[in-house]
Amino acid sequence: MSTATPDTKREAPATPTTTVGKAADYLDQRTSIGLAVKEFARKVFPDHWSFMLGEIALFSFVVLIASGFFLTMFFEPSMALETYEGEHPANMHGQLMSVAFASTLDMSFEVRGGLLMRQIHHWSALIFMASIVVHMMRVFFTGAFRKPREINWIVGLILMILGLAAGFTGYSLPDDVLSGNGLRITDGVVKSIPVVGSFMSYMIFGGEFPGHHIVPRLFTLHIFVIPGILLALIALHLFLMVLQKHTQYPGGGRTDKNVVGYPAMPVYVAKMTGNFFIVAGVLALMGATMSINNVWNYGPYDPSPVTAGAQPDWYMLFLEGSLRLMPGPGWEWVIGGFTLSMNVLIPAVVVPGILFTFLFVYPFLEARVTKDDEEHHVLDRPRNKPVRTGLGVAFLTAFIILALAGSNDLIATHFALSINGITWVFRVLIFVGPVFAYYITKRICLGLQRKDRELVLHGHESGRIVRFANGEYIEVHTPLDEQERWLRVNYEAPAPLEIAPKTDARGVKRKGYASDKRWQGLSRFFYEDRVAPVSPAEVEAAHSHGEHDQLNGSERQAVEAGAGTTSREH
Amino acid sequence: MKALAARRHHRMAPVVLLLLALLTTGGIYAALAPSTAKAETVSTADIETGKKLFQANCATCHGPNAEGTDGVPSLVGVGAASVDFQVSTGRMPMQTNGPQALAKPPQFNEEQTAALAGYVASLGAGPAIPTDEQVDASLGDPSNGMALFRTNCAMCHNAVGAGGALSEGKFAPALWETSERNIYQAMQTGPQSMPVFNDANITPDEKRDIVSFLVEQREGSAGGNALGALGPVSEGLWAFVIGLGLLIGAAVWIGAKSS
Repeated sequence: MSTATPDTKREAPATPTTTVGKAADYLDQRTSIGLAVKEFARKVFPDHWSFMLGEIALFSFVVLIASGFFLTMFFEPSMALETYEGEHPANMHGQLMSVAFASTLDMSFEVRGGLLMRQIHHWSALIFMASIVVHMMRVFFTGAFRKPREINWIVGLILMILGLAAGFTGYSLPDDVLSGNGLRITDGVVKSIPVVGSFMSYMIFGGEFPGHHIVPRLFTLHIFVIPGILLALIALHLFLMVLQKHTQYPGGGRTDKNVVGYPAMPVYVAKMTGNFFIVAGVLALMGATMSINNVWNYGPYDPSPVTAGAQPDWYMLFLEGSLRLMPGPGWEWVIGGFTLSMNVLIPAVVVPGILFTFLFVYPFLEARVTKDDEEHHVLDRPRNKPVRTGLGVAFLTAFIILALAGSNDLIATHFALSINGITWVFRVLIFVGPVFAYYITKRICLGLQRKDRELVLHGHESGRIVRFANGEYIEVHTPLDEQERWLRVNYEAPAPLEIAPKTDARGVKRKGYASDKRWQGLSRFFYEDRVAPVSPAEVEAAHSHGEHDQLNGSERQAVEAGAGTTSREH
Repeated sequence: MKALAARRHHRMAPVVLLLLALLTTGGIYAALAPSTAKAETVSTADIETGKKLFQANCATCHGPNAEGTDGVPSLVGVGAASVDFQVSTGRMPMQTNGPQALAKPPQFNEEQTAALAGYVASLGAGPAIPTDEQVDASLGDPSNGMALFRTNCAMCHNAVGAGGALSEGKFAPALWETSERNIYQAMQTGPQSMPVFNDANITPDEKRDIVSFLVEQREGSAGGNALGALGPVSEGLWAFVIGLGLLIGAAVWIGAKSS
C-alpha cells in the first residue's frame, strides 16, 4: 500500500481533451511541473492523529495571516493622543487615548466584521501557540528529534520562540492598560541586565518608557519582520519534513528503512483540506462566540493604574509566574554604586534561559550519552525511554507550576485560598515538583515495560480458569499475535556507555579519561535502570515451559503430573 | 442700644448669652454636620427595636452599647450606611471567623435592618444611607466612572469589577451582583480591607458615575461570552479546553477515518 501502481504500459502521451487537461498540459510543457506533482502525489505519509498536531499549528498560522491582513487595514500604529468621539462603548466616550487604542476601538465597533476578525486573530494566536506546544510534546516524547531530525527540532524551537515574539508584539499593540503593563515589565526585565540594560531600554523605547516610538516599532516587527521569518522557517520546517520523510509509529513491518502509509494524493490532500476547514471553522466559532481581550475594559494605557487579574496571554504566563514567585527583599544588590536586580534577573532571564537551553541541547545530549549515530525513522513508545519521558514530564511540570504561579490571584479567589500560602507552596513545588514528577514518570515507564515483558512471555489473561485433577487451578493465557508482539519487543534499551580504562597497558594515564568518566556518569543516569526487550530465546523458553496454558480441557490430564512446576499466574 | 446696654449687667444676662451661644453652635452644627437622612425618619420606637435587635444579635462581639471589644470595632459613628451595607449583604452578623466576613443571605428583613441602622446612627453621626437618586445608574456618566474606577478600584476589584485577591485569603469581591446602593455604601464606609472614599475624595456624583460604569458592565461583552471577564488566564484556559479540545478531537476522528 505504500507505493502507487507502477506504470507498466506507458503509451505515447495522448493529447488532452478536457479543459483542465489542456491547461495542465500547457503548464507542464512550459514548466515541467508534472514531475513535481507526480513526486508529491506519490509521496507516502504514515497515518496517525498525532501527526496532525503540527498541521493545526500550520492552519491556525494561515488564519492568523488572513485575519491579520484584514486588521492591518484599520489599525493605526501611532501613539499620538486624541479624544475618542465614538459612541461605543459608552465607557470610552470622551476619553483621551492614543491613536492606536482609538483605532482598535474603531475597528471593533465601527468596522463591519472588525470585532469578529480581531477575536479570530487573537484566538488563533492562542491556538497557534497551544498546538505548537502539543506538537513539540509529541515530537519529544516519541523521540522524533533524533538523527536525522535534530536540525528540524532546532528550526521548530526557533519557530516556537518567534511565535512567542509574535504573540508578545501583537498583545502590546492596542496600547491598553494590559499591554502597557506588559511593556513596563519588559522594560524592567531589560533594565535588569547588567551593564547594558539601561542603554538597551533606551534603545528599545527611544528614550524613557513609554515614549512615543514603541507601538510603531512593535507594529513593524509584528506585521513584517516576525511573520516574514516565520513564513520562511515554516517553509524550511516543511521542506525538511518532506526531504527526511515523516517518522512512523512502531508496528509490524515498519523499519528505519521504509515508510508505511498512504500516498499524499488523494488521501492526505483530502484529509489536510478537511482539517484546514475544521481548524478555520473552530477558530471562527471561537471568535464569534467567545470574547477575548476586550481592551475597552482595561482602558487606554496610563502608567498609573494596574488592574487585578493583569496577566499576559497563556504562553507568557510562565514568565509572569516566575516573577511572582521570586522573593523581593534581599535580592537587589548594590555593588560599587551599581544596582544588580537579581530579583528580576533570575526569574525573567535565568529561568527561561535554563528552560530554553534544555530544549535546544537535549537531542544532542541524548545522542551523546547513547552513543547513537544511527538514523531513526521509527518512533519510540514513550515508556521505552523512561528517563527521556521522565525529563519531559519534569519540564512540563515546571512549566505548568510557573504558569499556575502566574495565575495565583485567580487560584486564590476561585478556591478561597490565601495568596501568600499559594505562593509559598509554589516556591517549594518549583524545586520539588519536577524531581518528583521525573521520578514517578520514570517508575511508571519501567513498570509499563515490565508489563510488556510479562505480556510477551505469558500472553493475555483469558479469564478461563482450569482445574487439574490434582486440584490445582491455573488460568489459561492466550499468546499475543504477531503485531502485538512486534510492538512490544522491537525496541532498543541502550546500556550505559562503556569507557576505556584509566590507564593504558603500560600504566600511563590516558588523556581524556576524566571527560569520558563524566559522560559515563551522565549515561548511567539515563540508562542504568533498564528493562531489556524480550529476546526470541526468552519467548521460546517461556512457551516451552508454559505450554499447558494453551491446552484445552480434554488434553489437560496428559500433563497433569508436570503441572506443579509450571508458571502460575495469580 | 441704650436699653440693651443698660441691661447688660442684669443678673440674667449670662444665662441669655449662654442660651444664644448654644443656639448658634447647635444651629451651625445642624447645618454643617453630615446629615443622617434616614435616621431622621426613624422614630424613637424604631431605635428601641433596633437596640433590642442589636443587643440580641450583635452585642456579643460589638459590646452592649456598641462600644466595641478587643479586636472588634466600635460602632459609634459608623453611620447608618455602614450598618445597612453590612447587614443587608449578610456580612453581619458574621457567620465564622476568617480572613474576612463573607456575604451570605441577609439575616434580617428590611425593617429590622433599618431599625438596626437607626439605632447605630443614633449613637453618633456617620454617613447616611444614600437616596435612590444618589445611586441611580442611569443618571451617571459611565465614561467618567470608568476613569475613576480604574484609578481607584480596579487594582483590587479587576478592571470591570470581576473581583481579585488580597493578601492572606482576603479578597475584593466581584461586583456583578452587588446592588447599586451597596456599591455606593461600600465607597462611603470602606468595609473590611477597603479604604474609605469620602465625599471629598470622590464626590457623590462621581460615586454615581462609578455605579453607572459597573451597572453597564453587567450587560455583557460585545464580543460574545465574557468568560468571567477575568482576562488572559481564563482566555488561555478556554483556548485549551474548547479550542484545542475540539481540534484534537477532530484530528483523532480524521486519523481514525481511513486506517
